[in-house]
Amino acid sequence: MERTEVFERLTKIFRDVFDDENLVITDATNADDIEDWDSLEQITLVVTIEKEFEIKFNVHEVSGFKNVGEMADAILLKAK
Amino acid sequence: MKELQYPFDADYILSRKKQIKRELLAQDGGFLEKRIAILGGSTTNDIKHILELFLLNYGIKPTFYESEYNQYYEDSVFPNARLKEFCPDVIYIHTTNRNITNYPALQDDSDTVTTLLNNEMEKFKTIWNTLSAEYACPIIQNNFELPFYRLMGNREASDFHGKVNFITRLNLLFYEYAQTHNNFYICDINYISADYGLAQWSDPFYYYMYKYALNVKAIPYLSFNIANIIKSLFGKNKKGMVLDLDNTLWGGVIGDDGVDNITLGPEEAEGQVFSEFQHYLKEHLQLGVLLNIDSKNELENALAGLNHSCGELRKDDFIVIKANWESKDKNLLAIAKELNVLPESLVFVDDNPAERHIVATQIPGVCTPELTDPHEYIRVLDRSGFFEVTTLSKDDAGRTKMYRENLARAEFQSKFADYEEYLQSLGMQAAIRAFEPSYYSRIAQLTNKSNQFNLTTHRYTQSEIESIAEDGKHITLYGKLQDRFGDNGVVSVIIGNIRQEICEIDLWLMSCRVLKRNMEFAMMDQLILQCQSNHIKCLKGFYYPTAKNKMVSDFYATVGFHMVKEDQDGNSEWEFIIPEHYIKQNRVISIMEDDFNGEN
Repeated sequence: MERTEVFERLTKIFRDVFDDENLVITDATNADDIEDWDSLEQITLVVTIEKEFEIKFNVHEVSGFKNVGEMADAILLKAK
Repeated sequence: MKELQYPFDADYILSRKKQIKRELLAQDGGFLEKRIAILGGSTTNDIKHILELFLLNYGIKPTFYESEYNQYYEDSVFPNARLKEFCPDVIYIHTTNRNITNYPALQDDSDTVTTLLNNEMEKFKTIWNTLSAEYACPIIQNNFELPFYRLMGNREASDFHGKVNFITRLNLLFYEYAQTHNNFYICDINYISADYGLAQWSDPFYYYMYKYALNVKAIPYLSFNIANIIKSLFGKNKKGMVLDLDNTLWGGVIGDDGVDNITLGPEEAEGQVFSEFQHYLKEHLQLGVLLNIDSKNELENALAGLNHSCGELRKDDFIVIKANWESKDKNLLAIAKELNVLPESLVFVDDNPAERHIVATQIPGVCTPELTDPHEYIRVLDRSGFFEVTTLSKDDAGRTKMYRENLARAEFQSKFADYEEYLQSLGMQAAIRAFEPSYYSRIAQLTNKSNQFNLTTHRYTQSEIESIAEDGKHITLYGKLQDRFGDNGVVSVIIGNIRQEICEIDLWLMSCRVLKRNMEFAMMDQLILQCQSNHIKCLKGFYYPTAKNKMVSDFYATVGFHMVKEDQDGNSEWEFIIPEHYIKQNRVISIMEDDFNGEN
C-alpha cells in the first residue's frame, strides 16, 4: 500500500470521527491541532483505524503515537 | 434511528458518534430531559457519549454528571456539593471486577473468605444506602463480569478460593439487595459480557491504554443496556406486538398449504423453531405485553392456524386479530385505536421486509425489527429490549384479560341506545383513596406511562411518590375501577399541592382503558371532598400541551373549572372555586368505602 493511500483513508477516518468534512491532516498533525482530539478521543481513532485497515495495534505501538505521520508509518508496517 | 436499533453496528456508532448525535438533536423536539449521574470505577467517557445517543433515540435528552476517574466511592459516601446541586434523576454506578478490593488467597480458610465477601458487600451497601438517602432517585448498579483468567482452571467455579466463585457469590449478594430495595436496578454486565464474548469483552489492551474496564468496541452494547433500563424507568417501553402469521408464527402459507401442512411442532427441525418462537411470545403475556395479529389471510384460515394441535399461542392470547387483505400499516393503526394506545408503542413483527418497510415509512416511531432466519427471531426481539422490565406490578399479568374485557364491554355497549343507561348497567364500583404503600409502584408506573389523558405529564419515581404521600402537604388520590366484566386495577391518579386555602393540581391522569366511563367525575367528587376536609377554598388546574395529550386540552372545562389564563404555547391555567354545596358529578359509579379485597 502506498503512503498516499493510507493518508486518503486516514483523512476520511479523521473527518468521520471529528465530524468535520473540511479537516486536513498532515504528517505533523497532532492532538494540539484538533480541538476534540484528546487522550480519550484517541481511542476512537485507534479502533476505527484498526477496523479500516484490518490490523491490531498493541500497547507499545499506541503509546508511541506522537502525530499522524507515526500512525501512518505503523499502519504501513502492519497492513498487507 | 435505524443505526441505533438492535442489531446495530457497534464500530459505526463509535466512529460516528458526533455525527449521530448531531442528527438526533436535529430531529423533532419533545425530548424528556433527565439528569444522569455516572459514578465510575474506571473510564466512563465513551460509555456516557454512547449512552447519550441511545437515550436521545428513545426521546430522552440527558445531561450528565461524571465522576472523576475511579471516584465512585468518594463521590457517593462523602458530602458532595456538586452532585447535590446536580440533583440526579438517575445514578448509574459503573464498577467492574477491576474494583474488587480483595480477592481470596489460596491459603485463606472459608471464614476468612466469607469475611472478605462481606467487606466487599459492605462497601457497596454503604454507597447505595448513602446515595438513596441523599438523592432518593433510582440507582443502576453493574453486577460483576467473570474474571478474564482462571488460576485453577475449572475448579475456580466451585472452590471458595476461586475468583469465579467469589464473584458469583458477590453477585448473589447484590441480587438479594435488589430484591429487598426499591429503586435499585442491576445492570447485568455478567450476562452482556458473556453474550458479547468474555475474551473479547475483557481484552486488557483498553485497560492499560485508557483505563477502560471493558473493550471499547463493546461499549455500545453496555450503553444500550443502560439506556434500556433508563427508558423503562421513564415509561418508554413498548406496550405490545403486532404479529404476522405465515412464516412468522409458523412455516408456510396457511391459505395455500392448508392447516395440516404448515410447519409447526416437534416433527421437523423448522417446526421446532416456530414452536419455540410461539412459546417465547406466549411468555410475554405474563409481563402484560399485548399480543395482536396483522396478517394477510382469510380470518377463517388464521383462526385455524391458531388452533393447530402443536401451537402454543391460541386465539384468546391475542387482543385484536386483523386477518384480512387491508394494508398492514392501516391494520396496525386500527389495532392501536382499538387498544387505545399510541401506534409507536407497538412493535411490528413480520418476516417480510416489504411489509416492514411499508409500516416503518408510513408510521413513524414504530419499530420493525429485522427478522430474517426463523431461528434468529428470538435473539433479535429479545436483545432489542422493547419490554425491559424494571417494575413488575400485580396488574401486568392480567393486562391481556383486562383489554379483552374492554372489548366485551364495547360489544355490550352496542346493545344500549342510551350511553348513560349503558354506564349504569355496567355496575361500576370505584375505590378512590389517598396513596397507600402497596400501590406506590403502580402509581409511579402510571405517572411514567400515561401520555394521553395526562394534564401536566409530570413524571415521578417511586420514591417521589412515597414522599408526596407522606409529607402531609399534598392531597393524593388513586382510583380503582371494577365492573361486571372485571377489575381494571388502579386507573387514575391525582396529586394536589396544598398551599394554604388553594390546592394546585400538579398531576391528574387517567388510563385510556377507562375513557368515557365517568371515572374522571368520580375522581373530581372525591377531590372536592378531600379539599373540603382540608379547608381548601379553591382548586387550580394546569394543562401543558404535549404531542400526545390534546384529548384533555379542554378537560378542566368539562368538570366545571374556568380558564384564567393561557399563553401562546397553549399552556393554560384553570380555577374552580369550591361552592358551599357541591353537587356530585358522577351518577354512574358507586364509591366503595374500602379498597376491594384481593381483587387483583
